[in-house]
Amino acid sequence: MDISTNVEQSGQGSSIDRREAIRRVSLLLGGIALAGSGGFVAACERAQQRAATTTSVGTFTARDVAFLDEVADTILPETKTPGAKAAHVGAFMALMVTDTYTPGEQDVFRAGMRTLDEAAFMAATPAQRLSRLEQLDREQKTYADKKKPDDPPHFFRQMKELALLGYFTSEIGCTEAMRYRETPGRFDPCVPYTPGETTWAGHA
Amino acid sequence: MQAQNYDAIVVGSGISGGWAAKELTEKGLRVLLLERGKNIEHVKDYPNATKAPWEYPHRGGRTQAMEHDYPVLKRDYPLNEKNLDWWASDKDSPYTEVKRFDWYRGYHVGGRSLMWGRQSYRWSDFDFEANAREGVAVDWPIRYADIAQWYDYVERHAGISGSREGLAQLPDGQFQPAMPLNCGEELIAGRVKTKFGGRRRIIPGRTANATVALPGRSACQYRNACWLGCPFGGYFSTQSSTLPAAMATGRLTLKPFAIVTEVLYDRNTKRATGVRVLDAVSEQTTDYKARIIFLCASTLNSTWLLLRSATDVWPGGLGSSSGELGHNLMDHHFRVGASGTIEEPGLAAKYYYGRRPTGFYIPRYRNLFGDKRPYLRGFGYQGGASRQGWSRAVAELGVGGAFKDAMAQPGDWTIGGTAFGEMLPNHANRVTLDPNKKDKWGLPVLAIDCATGENERLMRKDMMNDMAELLEAAGVKRVRTYDNDYWPGMGIHEMGTARMGRDPKTSVLNAHNQVWDAPNVFVTDGSCMVSTACPNPSLTYMALTARAADFAVAELKRNSL
Repeated sequence: MDISTNVEQSGQGSSIDRREAIRRVSLLLGGIALAGSGGFVAACERAQQRAATTTSVGTFTARDVAFLDEVADTILPETKTPGAKAAHVGAFMALMVTDTYTPGEQDVFRAGMRTLDEAAFMAATPAQRLSRLEQLDREQKTYADKKKPDDPPHFFRQMKELALLGYFTSEIGCTEAMRYRETPGRFDPCVPYTPGETTWAGHA
Repeated sequence: MQAQNYDAIVVGSGISGGWAAKELTEKGLRVLLLERGKNIEHVKDYPNATKAPWEYPHRGGRTQAMEHDYPVLKRDYPLNEKNLDWWASDKDSPYTEVKRFDWYRGYHVGGRSLMWGRQSYRWSDFDFEANAREGVAVDWPIRYADIAQWYDYVERHAGISGSREGLAQLPDGQFQPAMPLNCGEELIAGRVKTKFGGRRRIIPGRTANATVALPGRSACQYRNACWLGCPFGGYFSTQSSTLPAAMATGRLTLKPFAIVTEVLYDRNTKRATGVRVLDAVSEQTTDYKARIIFLCASTLNSTWLLLRSATDVWPGGLGSSSGELGHNLMDHHFRVGASGTIEEPGLAAKYYYGRRPTGFYIPRYRNLFGDKRPYLRGFGYQGGASRQGWSRAVAELGVGGAFKDAMAQPGDWTIGGTAFGEMLPNHANRVTLDPNKKDKWGLPVLAIDCATGENERLMRKDMMNDMAELLEAAGVKRVRTYDNDYWPGMGIHEMGTARMGRDPKTSVLNAHNQVWDAPNVFVTDGSCMVSTACPNPSLTYMALTARAADFAVAELKRNSL
């Protein structure tokens, strides 16, 4: 894909109304007619409430963090173990972009957030969100396979990478999704492994 | 200015300085141990040692601010959130790169013994004889027989775990039980042994991690968090091993924040009389006197100190009469090798438990036992096999619940090895004082001019391709080679610049690490090395230091110093 498509659009996103949100989610899903749009309005309201309980991190507003939480939680949702939102991965992503990304990488990430469209994403159902991220994941994989070292990253690769890092190094990721022993106390070089058993998390 | 008197002064408290302090105090000397940086007390000052991964805001990564503050450290793995405090400040202690040289330093009590990789191998006569046999540089003034008993001695105290293999090029030592190969490694090791008729071998890494408790130290607890400091004393460091022994004698004075600006030299007696110390905090200057002085400040720092000393007698500094002080800077070149996937049906039902702080080692086989290559010397490999963790998910297609649960389970068995190659001594690779740049304390900084040559370039081809050949011969699939480029210093095995030798006209130190021009000054850190061999050097610094300390005390008793 052409990365330049990620670096357009105006920098708003926090002041759209509900009708606009519904219009965008419709676009997001390829113009599929929306049944029961009241549900989306309710979803938007829940998103607003969620933002109210999240605090700003670095250069990201509380609302941004709530949005990133939902993106991460779609990549890594609750299964038999808690998902990314429970592990506060949105705040981690915001901190990492603020503190560790170059200005150019931050621009790509920000533009990606606009492309993904907060209002539309927050209003979408879990199935719709997943479908959208699956599409972006294929897009970033295709891009990554052809990417030259100096090409800019794809925003969804950034998001996925941060979500994975944030989740699997979180307390929930280490101790619930995986297994963690601060002090193993011994080394067994060869033990039986039964399919389904989780990874032993690393230390430092 | 009131001088203070000791029997011996040791400059630097890392691997070599800790050993010097231990040996000299245990032999009855009153010793002043000087360290340019802050104190780090064993266990108490390991603030991150028991932190969980999630307790680091950036999970150990590096911020833009850190990259800005550490323009050298950022070039490789040392720039990180977890033990940043233990790496010297590039801003306070700059140096001049005539050519790119990555200098990763630890300026605190314990030096790099706190963060080191702990791989511990004996060198053999293939190494000590190489220069003489090939007419390269100068001959080592010692042979394996001169140092073997000192390897025995330091291994017993330091606690080196390893397996006895009976290899001439990698002599066995006084080992604690090895940390074994895991089942993936064991499978490949067996096949390699068969395929290469025993000429190439995968053996357990020999590491300064205790598998049996030592006095005051627990055995390794398999946390693999060594470089944060070990609350169990599971690995050798100054703090866990040599400093407590020196302290126990009651004869050690440890002085942190003490920057030695010069070795004081008396041209009439042709002896050093002591050192001048600049307090890094108060910037007060104090002279300390002693009968013998051990320079253990690390390879480039000991030479830097010599370059600044006795310049009224020798403009090039103490030890410069040979014309070799500052020359023949070396390192191990690496960051090249291969890796692949072990697709063995039975292994999917195998895993391991515990975080082993070492891997496997493949001892040198090139240019040995009749093998002849278009370059001199050789290389060894450090590597390991493991099951992939969650990070494989970044490159894989997938989002959602099933993907998450799959990525929380161990993936394929992968195996890889990185070569560490010998770098030949070269007179042109050198350090000098840069009169135009000063550090935070007003000292003229080092200018480093060092590059690899044709021999290393040729060797790197084998270093990369041999690993691929070995893995493929052992049935490893999807083998990929890599050469991630190397710049001198990256090995953090800097050696040379004050080499030992047999002739004062061509070397800085004699066979007992004495400065030819000042026999009561001993240099026993990596500066003294005449060649690099290919195995990791720190164990050899320990042995040379213990040997030199024994000699120095014997000479003192004979009043010949």
